[in-house]
Amino acid sequence: MASLPAEQPSTVVQAAGPKPRSRSPFALLMRRLFRRPLVVVAFVLLIAILAVAVLAPWIAPFNPMKMDILGRLKPPSAAHWFGTDEFGRDVLSRIMLGAQLSLLVGLLVVVVATVLGTLMGLAAGYVRRLDGPLMRVTDALMAFPDILLAIAFMAALGPSLYNVVLALGIVYTPRVARVVRAAALVVREMPYVEAATALGATSPRIVFLHILPNLVSPILVQATFIFAYAILTEAALSFLGVGVPPTTPTWGNMIAGAQQYFQQADWLILFPGFAIVLTVLSLQIVGDGLRDALDPRLQKVT
Amino acid sequence: MFVYIVRRLAGMMVVMLIVAAVVFVIARVVPGDPAAVMLGSSATPEDIAALRSRLGLDQPLLAQFILYLGQIARFDLGDSIFLNRPVVQALAERSELTGLLTLMSVGIAVLIGVPVGILSAAKRGRWIDQTALGIAMLAASVPSFWIGLTLIKYLAVDLTWFPVAGYGAPDASFGERLRHLVLPAIALGIPNSALILRFTRTSMLDVLGDDYVRTARAKGLPPMVVVLKHALRNAMIPILTVIGLTAAVMIAGAIVTETVFGLPGVGNLIVSAVLRRDYPVIQGALLVVSAIYVLINLSVDLLYAVVDPRVRY
Repeated sequence: MASLPAEQPSTVVQAAGPKPRSRSPFALLMRRLFRRPLVVVAFVLLIAILAVAVLAPWIAPFNPMKMDILGRLKPPSAAHWFGTDEFGRDVLSRIMLGAQLSLLVGLLVVVVATVLGTLMGLAAGYVRRLDGPLMRVTDALMAFPDILLAIAFMAALGPSLYNVVLALGIVYTPRVARVVRAAALVVREMPYVEAATALGATSPRIVFLHILPNLVSPILVQATFIFAYAILTEAALSFLGVGVPPTTPTWGNMIAGAQQYFQQADWLILFPGFAIVLTVLSLQIVGDGLRDALDPRLQKVT
Repeated sequence: MFVYIVRRLAGMMVVMLIVAAVVFVIARVVPGDPAAVMLGSSATPEDIAALRSRLGLDQPLLAQFILYLGQIARFDLGDSIFLNRPVVQALAERSELTGLLTLMSVGIAVLIGVPVGILSAAKRGRWIDQTALGIAMLAASVPSFWIGLTLIKYLAVDLTWFPVAGYGAPDASFGERLRHLVLPAIALGIPNSALILRFTRTSMLDVLGDDYVRTARAKGLPPMVVVLKHALRNAMIPILTVIGLTAAVMIAGAIVTETVFGLPGVGNLIVSAVLRRDYPVIQGALLVVSAIYVLINLSVDLLYAVVDPRVRY
């Protein structure tokens, strides 16, 4: 499936002859990825958001848990850039702490879904007998809309940060599994795999040493998008009160907690919302950029 | 065609069987005894034992599962623990609102997504295309509950153009009900319009590159006719798929939207069931929604044959 048209770089000198030093696959990827200015902006934003999340305890202007009943529900001001919440806590500082938690959930979901999905996809793509059954399971899991399946898991597991990770990890596993399987089916037929088999390589060796490295691109692209979806779905779960417990200030919880007050104090929902939008948007742009930058054959697989 | 339908239905049965198994397992992985959890901390051991045997929880797992499948086959999804009525009835009572909401949201998403997608493809690479793609990506990054809350704040509370929440008085007219659904439908429709837009654009671009489109252009037909009559017809199939998918996704999206707007629909039922641990309702809702999801997908595939006479199964 052809997706975005290939951008025509006007300034990149492509015919400049071989440049031995920038020929590593990573450098090549970076050059292709950053051909589009928008991707550069999104990438820089992501790094900035990550930095804020990691450095939150040191750079937050106030203690995000410190209450100040006299200064409650104050609109944005020079002291409190994003205003204060119903307990007089600084919204900006809480958003920084929220970045830490929301990104942590997103990253852990990516790890769970990628590991499970890759194993499942490799098994389905390499072991012919497992293909049918495993794909029916992914069909069934994908027959539930994401949020509904996540809610069902949360109903069974109970609200906690790690249960959200587990639930969303399982929800997004089929997406990785399908992409990995499709790519593995192609790679499995490559002559070098046949060569490895002829040399007497064991199945695990072929799968992990010869097939898996060639699937890194589609997995990476999928992981970026899952990161974005996970942040959105986590926010929705927390908003519904079935996600991370309300005392943990993830972005979704901040918005959920502000529901009673937002008609007078709209900054309580606006700023955490902007944080979600900015993060998810950057992730999607980088994901798109990655898809375009990586092997064009990839587009047939995903 | 007939063989194809039978084969697809059989495949669907297999998927639904696994879905039922997933639903069954989910209700069984609850830490502790489901009966005790359902009844809360004030329940006596006798109450718990009675509920256990009423729910069949004292039988072996496989027997329970077969019993459960038998129930489903008879469209019996059990009784809600809190609402004192069958789950099927509870779902049916609330399906009108959710159905209407989904329909309106799909309408909004299609009305935005398809025309802008076509325009975007026709003006590929130009500023209008870039802008549309940018806005689509932005729309896909915004949580729908957040759109809902901001719409409530600015359009309902500040400007009082729309009701803030709820579904009107019990005797409200149909028009009044629809008015209550406008903002929820926008909140749900906007994020989903992005997907439709991108698919429409891609699908149109695929077709616009075809030889017959070039021929039509060479004949001197006006660009509008080429795009809307010649290209769109063939681009319709993938667009239909994604519209069907979007409709299915929106049924689940309604869960969040109904909560934001305090609408007593199926989504609201599911959320309160989760908060009250009303497992029969959760299980029933999961089954029904996923069945609808699978059915929509199937009907979209069958629609292909109607839209495109070349498709023969």
